[in-house]
Amino acid sequence: MTQHTRAKSEIFTPSGQIQFGVFFQGVNSGTIWKAAESGSQTDFESFRRIAQTAERGLFAAFFLGEGLRLREHLGRPHALDVVGRPDAQTMLAALASVTKNIGLVATQNTTYNDPADLAHRLASLDLISGGRAAWNIVTTDNAWTGANFRRGGYLDHADRYKHAEAFVETAKRIWDSWETPDGPASRVLHQGQRYTVDVTPRLPRSAQYRPVLFQAGDSPEGRNFAARQADVIFSAHPKFDDAVDFRKDLVERSVAAGRGANAVQIMPASEFILAPTAAEAAEKKEWVRSLQIGPQQAIAYLEQFWGRELSTYDPDGPLPEIDPVVEETSETRGSGFHGAKARQLADQWRAEAKDKGLSIRQFVTSKTARIDSTFTGSYTAVADHLAEYARVGAVDGFNISPWLIPTGLDDIVNHLVPELQERGVYPTEYRGSTLREHLGLETPVRTADEAAAAVRA
Amino acid sequence: MSTFKKPGFLAIELDGAGWDGADLARAVLAAESAGFHAATFTDAPVPARANALQRAAFAGPVTHTIALVPEVDTVYTEPFHVSTQLASLDYVSRGRAGWIATAADAPEAAAAVGRSAVTGAALGQEAAASIEVSRRLWDSWEDDAVIRDVATGRYIDVDKLHYVDFQTPAGFAGVGYSVKGPSIIPRPLQGQLPVLVPASLLGEVRADAVDAVLVSAPAAELLAAEVRDVRARVGASIAVIAELDVVLDARGQDAAARDASFDGGRAAFAGSAAGLTDFLADLLKEADGVRLHPASLFVDVEELGRLVLPELRRRGALRPVAQGGTFRDLLGLERPASRYATAAAAAPAGAGK
Repeated sequence: MTQHTRAKSEIFTPSGQIQFGVFFQGVNSGTIWKAAESGSQTDFESFRRIAQTAERGLFAAFFLGEGLRLREHLGRPHALDVVGRPDAQTMLAALASVTKNIGLVATQNTTYNDPADLAHRLASLDLISGGRAAWNIVTTDNAWTGANFRRGGYLDHADRYKHAEAFVETAKRIWDSWETPDGPASRVLHQGQRYTVDVTPRLPRSAQYRPVLFQAGDSPEGRNFAARQADVIFSAHPKFDDAVDFRKDLVERSVAAGRGANAVQIMPASEFILAPTAAEAAEKKEWVRSLQIGPQQAIAYLEQFWGRELSTYDPDGPLPEIDPVVEETSETRGSGFHGAKARQLADQWRAEAKDKGLSIRQFVTSKTARIDSTFTGSYTAVADHLAEYARVGAVDGFNISPWLIPTGLDDIVNHLVPELQERGVYPTEYRGSTLREHLGLETPVRTADEAAAAVRA
Repeated sequence: MSTFKKPGFLAIELDGAGWDGADLARAVLAAESAGFHAATFTDAPVPARANALQRAAFAGPVTHTIALVPEVDTVYTEPFHVSTQLASLDYVSRGRAGWIATAADAPEAAAAVGRSAVTGAALGQEAAASIEVSRRLWDSWEDDAVIRDVATGRYIDVDKLHYVDFQTPAGFAGVGYSVKGPSIIPRPLQGQLPVLVPASLLGEVRADAVDAVLVSAPAAELLAAEVRDVRARVGASIAVIAELDVVLDARGQDAAARDASFDGGRAAFAGSAAGLTDFLADLLKEADGVRLHPASLFVDVEELGRLVLPELRRRGALRPVAQGGTFRDLLGLERPASRYATAAAAAPAGAGK
C-alpha cells in the first residue's frame, strides 16, 4: 500500500538505498584480456563464477549485453578487444539453474525480433527462473546489422522508438493475456507498420507477473520512451551532479507520462577500481588503464577517425600530423560512435593533446576510459561517496562493468558491500524471490483489470 | 545380442516438465540417472510449455552426461538467432547439445509473426536453408581464432573469422534472404552440433546436411521396416532413430488401464517392462537409437530406469554413457574441421569486400 502511494506520487522520494547490477560482458576496451588473471570469455564457468559472486554480494541483477554483428575496423572485424559472446537468453536460462535470487537481464533488440516470439521466450525465462527475468530493450536502425537477418534491418532513425514502443506494448499485452494464473489466454492482435501479430499466448504470468523492463536510451526520445514504458533506466550518468540532474529530468518525464515520480528507477553504468588505501587504488588504476588501452588500441582508435592506417606512428609520440582521408569519420561499425567532421576533429584533438602534453596513448586513454563512470579509491571513501547518492536519491543503483573476468567483482563483494551495509545503504538480504521484489517495484496492473477498475469507479 | 552393428542409444522426450525450474531439473536428472543417452525437448505450441531451447539450457549446468536436444523451428525463426542460441547451448552443456530442426506447418505459427503460411515442399526448403546458415555460422570462427596475443595486441586473428555470405538458392519458394556473418559467438565446442530432422523433411533437406533422422511408423510392428526403408535412403553414416510412444504397467496398474493419450502418428508400445525390453532389443538391431515418448514422464521414467535400461545394458544392446563425452561422440561422429579452415580460396572476413 505504501509502495503504491510512493509510486503514484508526483514528488520523488529517495529510497535511501542503492543496489548493484553486473554488466557482463563488454565487447570494448574496458575488459582486460592481457593480464595473467584474465579468464575465458566463453567458458560457462566464467559466467557461473561472476553470477554466483554477484549473488553472494546480494546484487539485484546480472546483465548480458548483445551485439548482432561483430564490430569492424577499417573494413574487417575489430581484432584488439574482447569479442564473441553467447545468446543472452540461452546463457541466462542456464544460469537460472545455478543461482537462486539474482535477476537475469537479457539485452534484446526490437528491430531483429518478432514481438510474439521474443515475448514468449522472455516469458519462458521468467517462468524457468521463478520470476527473475528482465528485458533490456534496445533498438537498432542500420541495414549493416540487418545483413544478418531475414527481415533486413533498416529503420528510419526517427522511427526507432515508435516501432520499439509498439513492440513493447504488444509484448506487455502478450504477458497480460492470461486472465487468471490458470488461463485461459485471450488472443492478442496487433496490426502495425512493421509488426503484425495474431497470437494466443501460451504461458501464464510468472511469480513477478511479467519480466521487468530496462531501457538504455539517452536521447530525449529515449528518455521519454523509458518514462512511459520502463521499470529501470540503465543510464550513462553516474557522476554525482549529472546523476542528480538526470534524476530530476526523468522524474519530470515520468510524472508527465502519468506514472508518478517514483515509477522509473535509475542504474548508471559504472566501473570500480578499489583498494584498501587511496594510494593503492590510484596505482591499480594506472595498471588497469595501461592494459585497457594498449599501444595498438590507441592507434586503432585514431584510425577510425582518420579513416586510414596509422600503424607507423609511435603510440608514445604526438598525434599524427597527417590529415584524415575522410570528410566524415567512418566510425568503428557497431561500436556506437557517430560520425563527425573528421578534419575539424583532428585539428581540435591535436591542439588538445599538445596543450596537455599527451602522447597518442595518453590522449586516447583520456578519451576512451570510463572517466566519468569510474569510482576509484579506498573501500571506505568510495562507500562514503555512494552513501551520498543513496541519501539524496541520485540513483537507485549502479550497473557495474567488471574490468577483469571472472574475478572482477571479488573486491566489491568482499569489501565494498560490507562497508555499504554498515552505512545502512545496501540490502542485507534479498527482499523476496523475484527481481521485481529485489528492486521494490510495484506489481503491474493488468491492462484489462485497470479498465474494469475504472468502470467500477 | 546385436550382431552386425554397434550397440544403440536411447533418448527420452521430456515433455511433461513444462516450465517450472524445479520440475525441469527433476525430470532431466531422473532421465540421466535412469541411464538415457539423450533428452529431447519438444517445442510444439501448446499451453504451459516454455521455449524448448531454454529448457535445455536450464538443464545444461545440472547434468553431466546426457545430451540435450531441443526442437527449434526453421520456418518462422531468424536463422542467425537460431545458430547463436544453439552454439550457446553447446557452451552451457559443455558439448552435449544437438538440434532437432523442425518446420512449423500450423497457420497459427505464421500468424503469430505476421507471415504468410508456408506449406508443402517449401517447409523442407526453409529447413534446409536454416540448417545451412547455422552450419556456416558455426564454422565462421575457426577453432583457434581467439589468440590473445599480447605482443601484437590482438585478441583474435581476423584471418580466422569468415563472412558466410549465405543466400537462399534460386527456386526458393518462400521469401528469399541472405545472412552475412560471421557469427557473434566463437565456434561451438563440438565444432558442429549434431542436427536431427524428422524423416518427413528428407528430400528438400539432403541427407548429408544432417546427422540423424527421426523415423515414425503408424504401429509398433511396422517400425523396424520403416527404419530399414529410411536406412536404405540415407546410408550407413546417418543415424536412424525410431520414435516410440510408451506406456508401461506401473504402480500396480496395467498399461492398458493407464490413461495414455498420445498425439497420434507414432508407433506405441503398451505393456510390461519385460515386453518393452525385448521389443527395444530387437528394434536396436535395426535402428541406431530409439526415442521414447513416455505417457507419464515421471511414472514411466522411473519404471524404465528400474527395469528396462539395466536389462538392455546387460544384453549389450546399449552403448555406454561416456563421462565427459559430447553428443557427437555418442553418435560416433568425428569433430569436423571448419569448412573455412583449409579453404585458402574462401575470403577471410573483410578481405576484398
